[in-house]
Amino acid sequence: MLHIGLAHYLTVAAILFTLGVAGIFLNRRNVITIMMSIELILLAVNLNFVAFSHALGDLVGQVFTMFILTVAAAEAAIGLAIVVVFFRNRGTIAVEEINQMKG
Amino acid sequence: MIQALVFYLFAAIAVAGGVMVISARNPVHAVLFLILTFFNAAGLFLLNGAEFLAMVLVVVYVGAVAVLFLFVVMLLDINYLKLREGFLQYLPTGGLIGLILLVELVMVYGGWKLSPEAPLSAVTRIPAASAMSNTDALGRLIYTHYIYLFQASGLILLVAMIGAILLTLRKREGVRKQSIYRQNSRTKASSVEIRKVQSGGGI
Repeated sequence: MLHIGLAHYLTVAAILFTLGVAGIFLNRRNVITIMMSIELILLAVNLNFVAFSHALGDLVGQVFTMFILTVAAAEAAIGLAIVVVFFRNRGTIAVEEINQMKG
Repeated sequence: MIQALVFYLFAAIAVAGGVMVISARNPVHAVLFLILTFFNAAGLFLLNGAEFLAMVLVVVYVGAVAVLFLFVVMLLDINYLKLREGFLQYLPTGGLIGLILLVELVMVYGGWKLSPEAPLSAVTRIPAASAMSNTDALGRLIYTHYIYLFQASGLILLVAMIGAILLTLRKREGVRKQSIYRQNSRTKASSVEIRKVQSGGGI
C-alpha cells in the first residue's frame, strides 16, 4: 500500500479513462462536455505512457506523450472552431441537431 | 512514505476532479475542474520523473486548451441546463458501460505482471538524474532519433492553426476596408478629372 509502483499509476489512469468514456455517454447532448471527456481520456493515456516510461526506465514513452499532447491540442482547437462555426450557423450545439451532413 | 502520501493526494484530487468534470451542472465549473485534474495529473507526472512533460501539461493544457474551452463556453450563448436534460436518462447506460470498462481494465491489470527482464529491453535508458536533467535528455532524444516525428507534429499544429482560422474566418458584408493595392495602383488619369467650368454655369 505504501510502496507506489506501476500498478497504482495504471489504476489511476484506468479510472480517469473510465470517467472519460462514461462522460461521453452521460453528456451526449453537449458537445463541449464530450470534448472535455475526450481530453480526460487522452490524459489517462498520457499517464499510462509516463508510468510505463518510469517503470521500464525508457525515455521513449515520454517522447510519445509529447506527441499525444500535440495531437490533443490540435484536436481541441479544431473541435472548438467547428463548435463555434456550428453555433453561428444554427444557434445551438445540441448533438441531435447536428445532422446537416446526413443524406 | 511521503511519496505515497503525495501520490494518494494527487490521485484522489485528479479522480475527484474527473468526476466533477462529467457531472458538473455548469460547464464553466466543469472546465475549472478539468484544470484541477490537469494540475494534479502534472503532479503525478512529476512523481514519475517526467518534469518537462509536467510543465508542458501545465503550460499547454491549463494555459491554452482549458482556457480555450473556457472562452468557447463563455462566448456561446447557450442554455446549458436544456442540454443536460437527458443526464439521468443516460445515467444507467453510461454507468453500466463505465463499470464494464473498469472491470475489464482491472481484470487486465490483475492478471498481468511486468517481466523482470522488461526494463532491459529499453531502447533509450533514462539517464541518472544527477548526470542529466529530464529536459536535456528528452531534447537530445527528440532532436536526434525522433526529429522527423517532431517535425510532423509541428506540421500538425500548423494545419490545425490554419484550419481553425479558416473555419472561424467570416467575410462581413458592408464593411469598408482599406486596400493598399488599389490605393497604390491609382494613377492621376484614373482619379483626377479636370474640367473647364464656365463661371456662373456649374457642371
